[in-house]
Amino acid sequence: MNKVLQQEQLYRTKRGKALLGHTVNTSLKYKLWITFLLIIICIGGYAYYRQLKFGLIITAMRDYTSWGIYISNFVFFVAISLVGSLISSILKLNNNNWSRPLTRLSEIIAVAAIICAAVIIIVDMGRPDRFFYVIMHLRIQSPIIWDVIIISTYLVISLLLLYLSLLPDIALCRDRLTVIPKWKKWLYRTLSINWSNHPKQIEMHLKVTKILAITVLPVAFAIHTVTSWLFATTWRPGWDSTNLGPYFVSGAFMAGAAVIIVGMYLVRIHLKLKKYITELHFEKMGRLLVLLSLVYLYFNINEYLGPAFKMVGVEGEHITELFTGKYAPMYWFVQLVGLILPIFFLIFKPFRKPLPIFIISIFVVLGAWLKRFLIVIPSLQHPYLPIQDVDESYLHYIPTWEEWAITFSSFAWFLLIITVLIKLFPVIPILKEKLDSETIDKLNIFKNENS
Amino acid sequence: MENDNSNTDSRRWFLKTISSGGILAATGLALGTLSSCKEKSAKKTTLLTTDGKLVQVPNSEIEAMEHLHQGASPKEAREGIPGKKWVMVVDLSKCKNARKCINSCDKHHNLTPDRPYIKVLEMKDNEKSSPYWMPKKCFHCDNPPCVKVCPVGATYKRTDGIVLIDNERCIGCRFCMAACPYSARVFNWGEPPEGKLDLPYSPETSLPSKVGTVAKCDFCPDMLRQNKLPHCVPACPNGVIYFGDEIDDTVTNGEETVRLSTLLKDKAGYRYLEELGTKPRVYYLPPVDRLFPFEKVTEENSES
Repeated sequence: MNKVLQQEQLYRTKRGKALLGHTVNTSLKYKLWITFLLIIICIGGYAYYRQLKFGLIITAMRDYTSWGIYISNFVFFVAISLVGSLISSILKLNNNNWSRPLTRLSEIIAVAAIICAAVIIIVDMGRPDRFFYVIMHLRIQSPIIWDVIIISTYLVISLLLLYLSLLPDIALCRDRLTVIPKWKKWLYRTLSINWSNHPKQIEMHLKVTKILAITVLPVAFAIHTVTSWLFATTWRPGWDSTNLGPYFVSGAFMAGAAVIIVGMYLVRIHLKLKKYITELHFEKMGRLLVLLSLVYLYFNINEYLGPAFKMVGVEGEHITELFTGKYAPMYWFVQLVGLILPIFFLIFKPFRKPLPIFIISIFVVLGAWLKRFLIVIPSLQHPYLPIQDVDESYLHYIPTWEEWAITFSSFAWFLLIITVLIKLFPVIPILKEKLDSETIDKLNIFKNENS
Repeated sequence: MENDNSNTDSRRWFLKTISSGGILAATGLALGTLSSCKEKSAKKTTLLTTDGKLVQVPNSEIEAMEHLHQGASPKEAREGIPGKKWVMVVDLSKCKNARKCINSCDKHHNLTPDRPYIKVLEMKDNEKSSPYWMPKKCFHCDNPPCVKVCPVGATYKRTDGIVLIDNERCIGCRFCMAACPYSARVFNWGEPPEGKLDLPYSPETSLPSKVGTVAKCDFCPDMLRQNKLPHCVPACPNGVIYFGDEIDDTVTNGEETVRLSTLLKDKAGYRYLEELGTKPRVYYLPPVDRLFPFEKVTEENSES
């Protein structure tokens, strides 16, 4: 009996070491990575300084292509942020226990993505100094206001989801990590708000997380549907589609699943967590990605088949440009390499091993980013009236270095937020899940659902 | 009966004021042409500067100065001109692409030629029908997509039918540009190239333009308040553009004044892309019975 207990004790410290080690030890690799990200952020910062000084003239956007990669990047980040709800709400509510080690990572990615989305939309504004006019002179009729409301709601819920699931682990850090700098001690002490694993606390915590897991679901669907309405509520041939909402949402789930696979792989390699993020996780996520990609493929067919069959006026010109015109290489790359080939390969088991699925997911993410470019820009270049009588530069859209620098620095911010959060807190939930299952047994509050 | 009287009265007032505006504008045009033929003569004219000095300037250097008057303040500009419903009719059968409307608009709104408010588009409805010129401004829709989507109410619809922009309110999100099916809007991507104008801002003149905000054809409400026609109307040498009041049922191109309803009935007036349901306040008369060939470069536009 005593031996067993000893062994368990040993196991717990080992487990603790594996899961908390990375929050204590700082490697050179980590420092280099942070420096690299900060350099990119600084270049982006300089580009944005230039934009503030000279105005949006430094971008390649002009009167016809009035939205560029800022907006497509915004849509991309909104899409990525849906991953939080996918893992910590949909899979959890369906009692998919295998996904539990991934919840923390997905919640961190969701928070980072939604912060970046909110910031990038301010970068796109011609007058960021008037940002608060959105509140002062608010017009609820405008879809932009709907987006502002839903994004801030989702940001709050995502932060709460992340924070609440972290709470027991922060308390764990507070109790276990003793040889850490003062500010870190203060951070853990403050953030743990006197959490003591008291049964009452645990019970309340369990209820709140459940409520949040349910609330986040409609908000997550709404956030990307409303973003699609930014396009669908305009009088533009390329966006005039009733399919746009589900098309955006399904694409977001696919992109989100791919991002979480990329994240899983990197965390597993760099934090040496092979025991916790196992091949089984990649196998399951691979299957999930196939399913989500098939749904997205279905909506893609719906989005393009009707207009391509009828070829009505400007809509037809827009489709022709995508299928055979100047955007055709990008379009077919996105559809083949970013959607159809991943589905095909991931059907076979060997491709669902960590490394192959990691590479495939990178292509899916790249395709997802380019797809948003294809949704935003070519439609703007096909208005009802012909584009004539304007400067040559108005006819094309090739993003300037400033736009790329700002876009890349948004990626750098995204990765920096993730890296710092992973550095501060355990990326695999340690205590919470254990407490949850114990409480469930003890309190039997989910008896009805489990039976 | 009384009503009828007041109607005819106001119509007479309108005709009188519009025609006087026409005359004024016509003199302006004549002066403009005079000043544009700058002869390289050595003759000098003595002028008095604002600080009381007498200076001599070569005649070739003298240019007529635009009278830039002060428009209504952003708050006042939200109210339309009472009792008016402005409407425009563009007769496509008369347009020869003289581009005088564009020049005059650019001049009065301080625009550079690469991003004018007015565009004259080369249109061809199908393979067999012949091409024609289509002057296009803001349509000042009665169901305006741009006003619907604006998050801060920077663009608004007035009681007199005009859709205006408050550049001091605009946050530069460009949603209105995406929403407008007629691509009527332009954006101030950078600082205005012509430099800063020393004027108090007015949405009615759209001047001075403000970086990072949207702009478009405004139907020149500052001119309308002075009972004058928008700049593009008298500028057209071919009398293409008619402007007037829907309530009065009269429109004028500066030369002839006609009944709006009769004009639209007789010449089968239509609104562009009626099926979008935006209800434009700009009507077109079909490009029929044209007495001139379709030429890209003509005597009229080559000099500009």
